[in-house]
Amino acid sequence: MRDREKIYLDYAATTPVDGRVLHSMLPFFDQAFGNPASIHQFGQEAEAAIEQARETMARIMGCQPLEVVFTSCGSESDNLALRGVALAASRQRSANHILITPVEHHAVSRTALQLADLHGFEVEFIPVDDYGQVKPEDVASRLRPDTAIVSVIYANNEIGTINPIREIGQVCRARGIPIHSDAVQAAAFLPVKVDDLHVDLLSIGAHKFYGPKGVGALFIRQETPILPVQTGGGQEHGLRAGTSNTPYIAGLAEAFQLAVDERVKRIATLQPLRDHLINRILSKIPDSRLTGHPTERLPNHASFVFEGADGNQLLAMLDVAGFACSSGSACKTGDPEPSDVLLALGLPREWALGSLRVTLGAGTTEEHIEKFNQVLPGLVERVRKLTVS
Amino acid sequence: MRKEVVQTDQTGSKPGLGKRVVVAMSGGVDSSVAAALLVHQGYDVIGMMMRLWSEPGNESTNRCCTPEAMAMARRISAELGIPFYAVDAQEVFHREVVDFFQDGYAKGVTPNPCLACNRWVRWDFLLQHALAFDADFMATGHYARLNQGNNGQIQILKAVDEKKDQSYVLHVLGQEQLAHALFPLGKYTKNEVRQLARELGLPVADREESQDLCFLGEEDYRSFLIRNVPHVLDSGPILLPSGENVGTHQGLAFYTIGQRKGLGIQSSVPMYVLKKDLTRNALIVGPQEELGSSELIARKVNWVAGEAPHSPLRCQVKIRYKAVEVPAMVYPEDGIACVVFDDPVRDITPGQAAVFYEGEVCLGGGSILADSSNH
Repeated sequence: MRDREKIYLDYAATTPVDGRVLHSMLPFFDQAFGNPASIHQFGQEAEAAIEQARETMARIMGCQPLEVVFTSCGSESDNLALRGVALAASRQRSANHILITPVEHHAVSRTALQLADLHGFEVEFIPVDDYGQVKPEDVASRLRPDTAIVSVIYANNEIGTINPIREIGQVCRARGIPIHSDAVQAAAFLPVKVDDLHVDLLSIGAHKFYGPKGVGALFIRQETPILPVQTGGGQEHGLRAGTSNTPYIAGLAEAFQLAVDERVKRIATLQPLRDHLINRILSKIPDSRLTGHPTERLPNHASFVFEGADGNQLLAMLDVAGFACSSGSACKTGDPEPSDVLLALGLPREWALGSLRVTLGAGTTEEHIEKFNQVLPGLVERVRKLTVS
Repeated sequence: MRKEVVQTDQTGSKPGLGKRVVVAMSGGVDSSVAAALLVHQGYDVIGMMMRLWSEPGNESTNRCCTPEAMAMARRISAELGIPFYAVDAQEVFHREVVDFFQDGYAKGVTPNPCLACNRWVRWDFLLQHALAFDADFMATGHYARLNQGNNGQIQILKAVDEKKDQSYVLHVLGQEQLAHALFPLGKYTKNEVRQLARELGLPVADREESQDLCFLGEEDYRSFLIRNVPHVLDSGPILLPSGENVGTHQGLAFYTIGQRKGLGIQSSVPMYVLKKDLTRNALIVGPQEELGSSELIARKVNWVAGEAPHSPLRCQVKIRYKAVEVPAMVYPEDGIACVVFDDPVRDITPGQAAVFYEGEVCLGGGSILADSSNH
């Protein structure tokens, strides 16, 4: 079994580092290794690399370099956005209302809930439809003068649904309320020009598009009131203390640039494979449903629920059969709970516990998808029998 | 580093090539070494660990499946290069083991939940999972051996290490389960297993043994029962066999047959718990000479061979996991067995299992019936 080919279909969890990205990072480990904050030329060399990366990020997002803050990951970007903006809004204008959706990544939702718990913020959830999509009018009707921040995920990690961020952003900006979007999944495939999206803050994580784990970025529109979350040295315009991680920041910029340059090609390869997979699975497996929006979804993303199947056992069986996938109730300790996102779609527990996410990427071939389509129906049937007995 | 162990141990043969086995792991030394041995025997090994129990607030102390134990099993699997999966068995464990434990005490017997766990959780629920993963076998870290008898039947033999022998808790298995069973530790002593763990560099070698009921964690079984079966606290009379009332007990569940201390009764001779009379909620006590019985009835008898012997059987009987075997005649009847001991036996405890042995072979056994000893 250990020698059998393993097929990776979990690109929404993480991606392998692109060889070109790795190459771009290497000089900064042992050659240009200086501390970017240092006065000397070692430091200057590293600082130049970081500022070059910042310019690349800014060019891609259509913003000013000083509007880009490097962080350690997408979750940290979300934390800085929510905490930093909410606390500033509370202090400056006594705003204590946070508006999020039930389909946010935990990096957003748990941060919002902790702000409620520790600082007395009121967290309100914007409703979503059966596809997990937010309607701009549902945001508009909930905005209040004391709304500190609105956060709506650009594309959801579990169900792939893309939200109409542009319209939501317009609604918020017209009222002068800071709008953040978690674009950690979206950035690999969707437009990220921040002026087109009308967002004030946008979170990015490198490892979702063939960059390294452990580095992310946050776009913060100039003049958005924000307080630092991590204090210390004055790095990142005083918003994110800590010695800058030069190789990873260089890798993030390189990976992001490649994602933009190759976006059309990547989508053209993956989307037909993904569509084929969805059609085959839904037609071959009884009592199966696609979760998330049928068309307005990430182009590499397929997600399902199978009634009466234990999603964790299905993942384990798929793994043994050579396929690495994920699920909304993924749990490594054998105590599965249906995911908040799937429950927010109105799925009953017996369906929500049987979820499966299949996400395609650079290494995916037509042959992989054919093999997967052949294996999955039999495994779902087996898991259903186990779940019943 | 692992090669030497294999060669001293397995003479380099690879009996497992081409065969898949699921190992039931616990994070402890025994199941970890079992997994390692199977890897070295060439099996395609998958580690699985059941999430058995989570009582709100008590998660961290439950010895069976603490996060630390699961993290350990996961780490050992990674060391061995085998995949590892957690299986949610909470529902079946609660139904077949915890409820069984509580019901037993509620009915005044002293159940052995490990037997129910082996029969219905490990060797049914988990075995079904293993087979669904296309496994040929399931292995556990039990100390017992298997032997193919001359008639093709699989026998359970005692472990080489008599002190660690666990055939008692495996007597509930039949041919259907044994056809898929592997017990890699049966031919080793506990010391050898610890030594193997050290040689293999497994990080478990010096962990302490688990003894108590896994789902109780650090809690005393009495307080667990009081929380879950409040009526076990119903007090009642302590009676002599003659019917004379000599005191008050604090709930039958808290006394064991043969107990002398803690009865709180005044008497010129030491008094022992003889039996529990559920219909009167009475604890029957008497002097030492009335303790013990020369027979018992076992119900729900399982014969490992698949069918009961056709004639009465001369064999050895163990009435508890740690009891000394005693000679007896066993008279099999429909689903039950009458056991007549050569000499009276003390401490016959309804709810525990009477397990039958012929030499090294574990023949089967059954649950000791309340009132089966004739006082």
